[in-house]
Amino acid sequence: MEKLIRSGSNTMKRDLLLFIGFSVLIMVAPQLFAGGYLMNVLVFVGINTMLAIALNLLLGYAGQISLGHAGFFGLGAYISGILTTTFSLNPWLAMPIAALAVGCLAGVIGFPILKLKGHYLAMASLGLGIIMYIVFNETVELTGGPSGLSGIPNMKLAGVSFDSDVKNYYLIWGFTLAVMLFSINLANSRVGRALRAVHDSEVAAQVLGVNARLLKVQIFALSAIISSLAGSLYAHTMTFISPASFGFNFSIELLTMVVIGGLGSIYGSFLGAALLTLLPEILRGANDYDIIIYGGLLVLMVMYMPGGLVRGIPDLFKKIFKPKGGADHA
Amino acid sequence: MQFDQILQYTLSGLSTGAIYALIGIGFSIIYNATGIINFAQGEFVMLGGLLTLSCLELLALPLWAAVPCAIAVSTVVGILFERLAIRPLKQPTPINLVIITIGGSILIRGLAMLVWGKDTHAIPAFSGDVPISVGGATILPQHLWILAITLVTICINKIYFYHTISGKAMRACSYNRRAAGLVGIDVRRMVLFSFIISSAMGAVAGIIVAPLTMTAYDVGVMLGLKGFCAAIIGGMSSGLSTVIGGLLLGVLESLGAGLISSGYKDAIAFIILLLILFIRPQGLFGKADSERV
Repeated sequence: MEKLIRSGSNTMKRDLLLFIGFSVLIMVAPQLFAGGYLMNVLVFVGINTMLAIALNLLLGYAGQISLGHAGFFGLGAYISGILTTTFSLNPWLAMPIAALAVGCLAGVIGFPILKLKGHYLAMASLGLGIIMYIVFNETVELTGGPSGLSGIPNMKLAGVSFDSDVKNYYLIWGFTLAVMLFSINLANSRVGRALRAVHDSEVAAQVLGVNARLLKVQIFALSAIISSLAGSLYAHTMTFISPASFGFNFSIELLTMVVIGGLGSIYGSFLGAALLTLLPEILRGANDYDIIIYGGLLVLMVMYMPGGLVRGIPDLFKKIFKPKGGADHA
Repeated sequence: MQFDQILQYTLSGLSTGAIYALIGIGFSIIYNATGIINFAQGEFVMLGGLLTLSCLELLALPLWAAVPCAIAVSTVVGILFERLAIRPLKQPTPINLVIITIGGSILIRGLAMLVWGKDTHAIPAFSGDVPISVGGATILPQHLWILAITLVTICINKIYFYHTISGKAMRACSYNRRAAGLVGIDVRRMVLFSFIISSAMGAVAGIIVAPLTMTAYDVGVMLGLKGFCAAIIGGMSSGLSTVIGGLLLGVLESLGAGLISSGYKDAIAFIILLLILFIRPQGLFGKADSERV
């Protein structure tokens, strides 16, 4: 409670400084790792960070689980892809159209689906994700079916085409940083506090005048819109998309990122996304084992570090460096 | 559209539906005893099939010995899962439980992939492949095995829950865990029992369906979800309504695949799942119960 009251200008200033530091780091990173392949991986870290933040707003802040977010990601990618190829629309126009469409869809589905709680919400969102995945596969005339949709144009800005890894890096991280800043502000705002209230007790929040039901739907739609933006960016960066990238497994991967990084932490989402995107690159030889590692990580994190890496690592340091046996009121 | 075609789809739908029913009852038993939806339920189905394969081929056991062997090993996995992942959980919030059972299911699936590889495996039918004709439609002997074994399993289940002390204790837990604890029922043991029963039932389902549909390390995902759908239709009951839910789902799916489009076959189950959750979260036959929502 005290924390809530104090969360005024001080927290804001600290958060802003932290964000500026982080942005500078991201912007100079290409100079440090000029290697071609790593840049490509860092582009994906950006996209996954955006997606993880989207899910985290829903799961970490509002306390509502979704196992179907890969579907919204795919929907954004496919709407952008189809509009720019079949209908030769400008990508800058296709992206907001996709986001708007996905936002509306999530808003409409949000009302019945967010009435459900806990396990039921998990299963319903999972079903929704699988239905979207089946639609991507089956509407062959539109999406190209399982063999995918190719020839999606790169984005262009003032005559510059984003066709290399370095250019895409700046494009995607530009968007990702904007999403991060927005989410940090959202978390510190009245809405953010209302969300946390809904997370702790929906009834209590409602008694205090928070329209919990509407708020949950709004955050669900927002989360879907961010996922859709990430999908559009993904489509224009890759220039090729296929349903395999938007299946149930990817929803689980997103969940793993959020849980490993830390529920309710924006930088945690970055940490989780970075770790899970880099991990398969590090374990290149162990191609088939990554599924076991995801599963193992999920189980171990929930059991031993329920706060995720952002809270777990500082706690670990405290445990190691603090003398034992003292009266420690932590 | 001919009558025998519809009969054909209905008959094959009934046998898949029986499988969904068995898996769905597994879901319900754990849910009723613990309040957990076990996302790893489908993995026991996968284990049942693949372990039978190993018993038949590697250990060269006859079928009548391979089946109990596979069920026993799957049950041990179920016990380990409960002991190592569910029981030690410090903050058993619904979201943590969802995440940990998903993590567990991925882990089991991954280990199965290491052991059996990514290939699809066939298991011989229990008693040959000579089709039997039933009023214009044909069914395989395996279809009959599925229906018969499902029936027997459900009967055993019923007897256990209504005519044995531990079964009655388990039912008490599902009504009110705290009250059950107060009258001296060891609730944690009942939780363990619920995992034992449902992993065994999942394994049975996996074994009897494997000769029809083949089996692989990743069959558990879809079968598990369909089983859950059956349980939702049945209002998470561990009795007749889930059986009807499973049969209904199997028949609708089979008719939909045959008459509308086979590509959307899997979507049918999930559309039904969403509709039931939105409109009648208490199940098709249940009375309104706000706690399910």
